[in-house]
Amino acid sequence: MISLSLTPTSSWYLILSAVLFAIGTFGVLVRRNPLVMFMCIELMLNAVNLSFVTLARELNDINGQTIVFFVMVVAAAEVVVGLGIIVSIMRNRSAMTVDDLAELKG
Amino acid sequence: MEFFVFVCAALMILLGAVGVIVRKHPVHAALSLVLTLFGVAVLFVAQDAHFLAAVQVIVYAGAIVVLFLFVIMLLGVDRVENLRTEPLSAQRPLAIITCLGLLAVLVAAIVNGNGVLNERGEGINLPDLQNGSDANTVQLAESIFSRYVVAFEVTSVLLVIAVVGTVLLTRKAKSSAK
Repeated sequence: MISLSLTPTSSWYLILSAVLFAIGTFGVLVRRNPLVMFMCIELMLNAVNLSFVTLARELNDINGQTIVFFVMVVAAAEVVVGLGIIVSIMRNRSAMTVDDLAELKG
Repeated sequence: MEFFVFVCAALMILLGAVGVIVRKHPVHAALSLVLTLFGVAVLFVAQDAHFLAAVQVIVYAGAIVVLFLFVIMLLGVDRVENLRTEPLSAQRPLAIITCLGLLAVLVAAIVNGNGVLNERGEGINLPDLQNGSDANTVQLAESIFSRYVVAFEVTSVLLVIAVVGTVLLTRKAKSSAK
């Protein structure tokens, strides 16, 4: 079980990242603005990064930090492509929420 | 001391994350995101991942959030969103139930799995700033450029593809519109 001493163990970091992941999931499910949904996806990615770094320290293995590096690069590429899609969709119509984009006809 | 750092960074992270999902204005949500990302960078430093903390601040809090703000200004979508009305009536309670269930599963896994994992890696060099170089950065560079060098090269190809694809996506069609 979690020890209640005042030095944060790995479980504290992992639980914090679990809470951050849940908040990000809630944001993706609830918010309607596609930009804010993207920000919530970034929250989830950061939660996973935090747990990777924590487990790298826990397992004494540098490869966890290496994977975080690659996750950051992929996240940057994902944001660039996603924002490009949002810009190209929203330039033609004044839709502000994802509900307005429900129909397939362009 | 470590407890104090953890509590402050955790408060920053949680306040920022809640701010992202409750602020109506997209610009305010983006600025709350900066708070969260910076808190994560502080926790990276607290766990001796110095290089990743620097990359987190530069790439995430710098480039990505600036990109978000730039797109918000470009599209002019900086109007406030009405969070009161909900088009799908059952969605918000279902989302709350789903996220609480997810959180419960994750926390149960963490608490039950505590101590199951044992150290098996070859070790992480703790940062040693006395001789002018960060040992953690050196070790991370050795890992990336020796064992994962192919993945690193593929990453550069991925970035080029993303840049070219975004230019193609956002370019205005000249003749195909007619």
